[in-house]
Amino acid sequence: MSQGKRLAEIVAAHAHREGPLLPILHDVQAAFGCIDREAEATIALALNLSRAEVRGVVSFYHDFRVEADPRPEVQLCRAEACQARGVEALVPAAEAAAGDRVRLSTAYCLGLCSVGPNARVGDDLFARLDEAALVKLIEAA
Amino acid sequence: MTAVRISDDALALACGADAVAEAFEAAGCKVERVSSWGMQWLEPLVEFDGRGFARVETRHVKAILGEDVRQCIGRIEAHPFIARQRRLTFARAGKTRPLSLDDYIATGGWAGLTRARSLAPQDVIAEVVQSGLRGRGGAGFPAGIKWKTVAEAPGRRKYIVCNADEGDSGTFADRMLMEGDPFALIEGMAIAAHAVGADQGYIYVRSEYPHAIQKLNSALDLSAEIVAPFRVEVRVGAGAYVCGEETALLNSLEGKRGEVRAKPPLPALAGLFDKPTVVNNVLTLAAAPHILREGGSALYQSLGTGRSRGTMPIQLAGNIRYGGLCEVPFGITLKELVDEIGGGTVSGRPIKAVQVGGPLGAYIHPDQFDLPFDYEAYAAADALIGHGGIVVFDDTADMRAQARFAMQFCAAESCGKCTPCRIGAVRGVELIDRIGAGTRIADPVGALPQMHNAPKTARTCEEDIALLEDLCETMRFGSLCALGGFTPYPVLSALKNWPEEFE
Repeated sequence: MSQGKRLAEIVAAHAHREGPLLPILHDVQAAFGCIDREAEATIALALNLSRAEVRGVVSFYHDFRVEADPRPEVQLCRAEACQARGVEALVPAAEAAAGDRVRLSTAYCLGLCSVGPNARVGDDLFARLDEAALVKLIEAA
Repeated sequence: MTAVRISDDALALACGADAVAEAFEAAGCKVERVSSWGMQWLEPLVEFDGRGFARVETRHVKAILGEDVRQCIGRIEAHPFIARQRRLTFARAGKTRPLSLDDYIATGGWAGLTRARSLAPQDVIAEVVQSGLRGRGGAGFPAGIKWKTVAEAPGRRKYIVCNADEGDSGTFADRMLMEGDPFALIEGMAIAAHAVGADQGYIYVRSEYPHAIQKLNSALDLSAEIVAPFRVEVRVGAGAYVCGEETALLNSLEGKRGEVRAKPPLPALAGLFDKPTVVNNVLTLAAAPHILREGGSALYQSLGTGRSRGTMPIQLAGNIRYGGLCEVPFGITLKELVDEIGGGTVSGRPIKAVQVGGPLGAYIHPDQFDLPFDYEAYAAADALIGHGGIVVFDDTADMRAQARFAMQFCAAESCGKCTPCRIGAVRGVELIDRIGAGTRIADPVGALPQMHNAPKTARTCEEDIALLEDLCETMRFGSLCALGGFTPYPVLSALKNWPEEFE
C-alpha cells in the first residue's frame, strides 16, 4: 500500500474524534517510524491546520520523530528512583554495549520505582537490572 | 483445585511473572491473573492454597507444588505490610482479576454509581464535599468544590478529564490502579459525570504505560453499557512530563503543543475546548465510588488529620528494602513510612535523604522524619506531598548532583511558555556546575567596556549560591505552573540540608 493511501486511512480512522491530532500522529509514527514532511502536509490539509502547527506539535513531544531510525530501541529509566538504585553506574557499560547498533534512550520513569534500575524494550519491561543483565538485554535487542 | 494466583501488573511482569505463570500452567495448575498486592519487593508474588510465595522463579514451581515452604510468607493478608494499612482505594488490590466484571460486582462494584444515580447531582456533590476528599494529584484542591463549580458553570457540554499522566519518579499508584482495578476509575468518572452533567470523559494516560492503556481500553469496552450514556475514551500522551499539569494536559488533548495555559480562566469554567471541565487525578476519581457507597463519606471524613482527610496511597520507592504501595490515613510520619514499613535502605547503608512528591518535591533530611503526612504540614516545611511518591537515597547520594538533575529535568521538560522556567532552569544548571567546579573565572562580558555595570571580579562561591537562591525565588514566584514553580524545592532543600556539598 502506498504511503499516501495508508496516511489517508489513518486520518479517516480518527476524523470523528474531538482533537484528533495526537492519535493520528501516534498511528503515523507507528506505521512509518516517523512523521515526515509528506505526512505533515497531508495531516495539516486534512485537519485544516497550517503545516507549522503540525510541525510545532510533532517537535514538542519526545515520542515523535521527523526522521525514521530503524535501529532497535532500549529505553533506560534514569529518573530519581532509579538513580537512587544506582542506574548511573550502569550507563557507561550500556552505552558501550549499544554502540551504533542500538538506540539507547532515556525514559524519565517507567513506574517500577521500587525495583529499579528498569528498562523498556517495545512493550516489554525489565526490572532489577545489574550491569550484566542490562548489557545482555541491549545485545539481544 | 484452587487456582494459583499471580499478578499481571506491569511491575510483576518486569520481574518475570509471565514465565512463572506459564510454568505453573505447564505443571497442570489453573492460573488466575490478578492485580498486585503492592508488595513489590516480593514480586513475582504467587498465591497458592491460601498462602503467598515470594520472589518465585520458574525453578521454584515444582518445590512449591510439593509443599516446600522456603518461599512461603504465610497468608498474604496477614503480612505486616498489608495488615497495618487501611485500604479503601486499593481495597481490591491482589484480590480480583482486573478485567472481571463478576469479581468487580462481587466486591461492591457499581454500587457507588447506582446510589449516585439515584440521588440528585447536588446531593452527590454534597457527599463528596462532606467526605473532605482533596485532589490526589498533588495540588490538594477539594474535589467536591471543583465538581460544584463545574456543575454550576453555564453551558450544556461539559467534560470529565482524568489526569493519568503519572510522570513523577517514585510514583506508580495510578498505574497500579489503572492496571489492577480499571473499573473503579471508570465508575468514579461516571459518578463525577452524573454530578456535573457531563456525557463525555477522557483518560489521558502517558505513553510510558502501555499495559495500563491496554487494560483501560478493554475495561471501557466491557463496561460501556453500564456507564452509558456517559462515554469515556483513552488518549495517549507522547512523552512530555509537563502534560501532567492540568492546562497543558487539556491543550495536549485538544491536539496542541502541551503548553501551560495562564489561569484564570479555571478549567472548571473553561477547560477542554473551552467547556467546563472536571480535571481530576486517577486516585481522586477512584475514591469516589467508595465515598458514594453507603456511609462512605462519613468513614472517609473520620480518617486522617487536620484538613487532610481519608487515606493516601503512598508509594515507597528508590533505595528501600520493602518498596511498594502503602495506603494509610493521612498523618503518618515519614519515620514510620521509611524506617518501620519500608525497612530502611535495600543497600543496607544509612538513609541520607528522602525525596517526597516527585522530581519537584523537596529532599527531606532524616532530622525531619517526624513530619506528619499532611498537605499543610508539608507546605509549612517548604515541601510537598505531591502524588505521594517517596524516594529513598542512601549515604552515597550526591546532593549537588541531585539538585543539578532537578534543574536539568526542568530545562528538558519545560513547555517554554514562561521565561522563569524556560531560561531559569538552564541558568540553574550552569550555576550549579559553576559552584561545583570551584574555580572562579570572571565573566568575560564584564571585561567589555560597554558592559560597565557588569561585575569586574569573579563571583565568590557564596555569591553564586546567593544567586542560585535568588534564581529559585524568581522561578518559584514567576513561573506559570508547578514545573518551574516547584523545581526550586529539591534545589533549595538540598542546599539547605547539605550545604557542605555546595562548597
